[in-house]
Amino acid sequence: MRYAMAIDTRKCVGCSDCVVACQTENNVPIGFCRDWVSETVDGTYPNVSIELRSERCNHCDNSPCVRCCPTGASHIEDGGIVLVTQHRCIGCGACIQACPYEARYSHPDGYVDKCTFCIHRVRKGENPACVSVCPTKCMYFGDLDDPNSDIVNVLKNRKFKSLAPEAGTQPQIFYLV
Amino acid sequence: MKEELFVSGRNIPNIDPYLNIWHWQIPMYLFLGGLSAGILFFAGVYYILGKEKQMPATVKWAPMLVPIALVLGLFMLFLDLKHKLYFWQLYTNIRLESPMGWGAWVLMIITPISILWSASYMKEMFPNWDWKFEFLNTFEKWVIRNRIYIAWPMAIYAVILGIYTGILLSAFNARPLWNTSLLGPLFLVSGMSTGAATIILMSKSHEERRIIGKLDLLLIVVELFFITHMIMGFLAGSEVQINAAHLFLGGQFTVSFFVFVIVLGLVFPALLEVLEMIGYKVPIVIPAVLILMGGLIFRFIMVEAGQLTRYLY
Repeated sequence: MRYAMAIDTRKCVGCSDCVVACQTENNVPIGFCRDWVSETVDGTYPNVSIELRSERCNHCDNSPCVRCCPTGASHIEDGGIVLVTQHRCIGCGACIQACPYEARYSHPDGYVDKCTFCIHRVRKGENPACVSVCPTKCMYFGDLDDPNSDIVNVLKNRKFKSLAPEAGTQPQIFYLV
Repeated sequence: MKEELFVSGRNIPNIDPYLNIWHWQIPMYLFLGGLSAGILFFAGVYYILGKEKQMPATVKWAPMLVPIALVLGLFMLFLDLKHKLYFWQLYTNIRLESPMGWGAWVLMIITPISILWSASYMKEMFPNWDWKFEFLNTFEKWVIRNRIYIAWPMAIYAVILGIYTGILLSAFNARPLWNTSLLGPLFLVSGMSTGAATIILMSKSHEERRIIGKLDLLLIVVELFFITHMIMGFLAGSEVQINAAHLFLGGQFTVSFFVFVIVLGLVFPALLEVLEMIGYKVPIVIPAVLILMGGLIFRFIMVEAGQLTRYLY
């Protein structure tokens, strides 16, 4: 089992619904976010192109945050989901330094917090909150090891990229281009 | 033209617009750790070489500072933790993959060693010193008899501690400025140089100052060589590393790096040491203090600048 996400940059309109859904579902403190939408504008008017991406923890296969954690609070759950155990985290900030995606932050309560792929929903067979609310249905969540899943299908038929693959992290969020 | 922005608004404290999760505590700790490593290394080596009598500041006096420096450094680390009450979990887990994990264990070993070493010289340094309890006196005699078995691990662990202060940073692939294997040896050499400067400051013997001064000069030359190679390596690296090097070559850290670290912290004290060696009278305090300041500022700049370098946005 290998959970992953594919996000269609051609369907995303940048409404930030995924961001608000995540904040509500996971009780993210005000001023913080576990996912965010970035916009890349390339070229000069009138020849411009825009790419919108909903970004979050990449739940990397080769996750530097898990490697550098001195207590084992950052760990990999079944299905490749990278999680932080709150009561084992000492708040040293090493994993925040180690993440090339700036996907982690220091929660006001002291521990480090990040996207969990909504593991509490996934275990019940539901989609993560961000995926389930997307009004343009631009996000696909699923198991890469299941040949019949939507995500495998869409990755088979479309061109895709991942963010900063040169960092060697083997990210598991794919952007359909 | 390429422009990138967050349309959902993202302004997380200490993360955006640039990372600033490690503050003054970390460079202070790296400085104190490097300084301790340098002092303990010289103390161990000169004891093993049988130079205890000729080099009293190196073997006996300077190591007295180390337990204080290490405890202070550990306290700085503790201050930097955001989930402070859970800090003890550093010592209920052994994670060799994590530099911070094994570094915490190295400190756990070398701090008691340095305390034992200093304690064994207490009576020699302060003739009126009294251990109060008889078993402590017996223990002291045992430690004094077995100093050579402390000196060896002390010198070896000092090298590990010195390298660790660099590896703590260099293990982070996501911060291109830190991500060079040269950082371990560079911080070790820089730490040893600051340790040597402390010994020079404390020494009353001209001969001892001359020997350590020569060593310090060699360390400064090696350090300059490592810094040059580090920047050359960045310039020959990937885009993010080229950008990292440009922070020092025209970017916002150019002046502070070249003026305070390279010129005032390394080249100028080296020149003063050479002048003294060929017979000019130079107050030894000046190069020693400059080296210490340079080492401290170097760590502040590296920690601060490294956090500015990133892969995205």
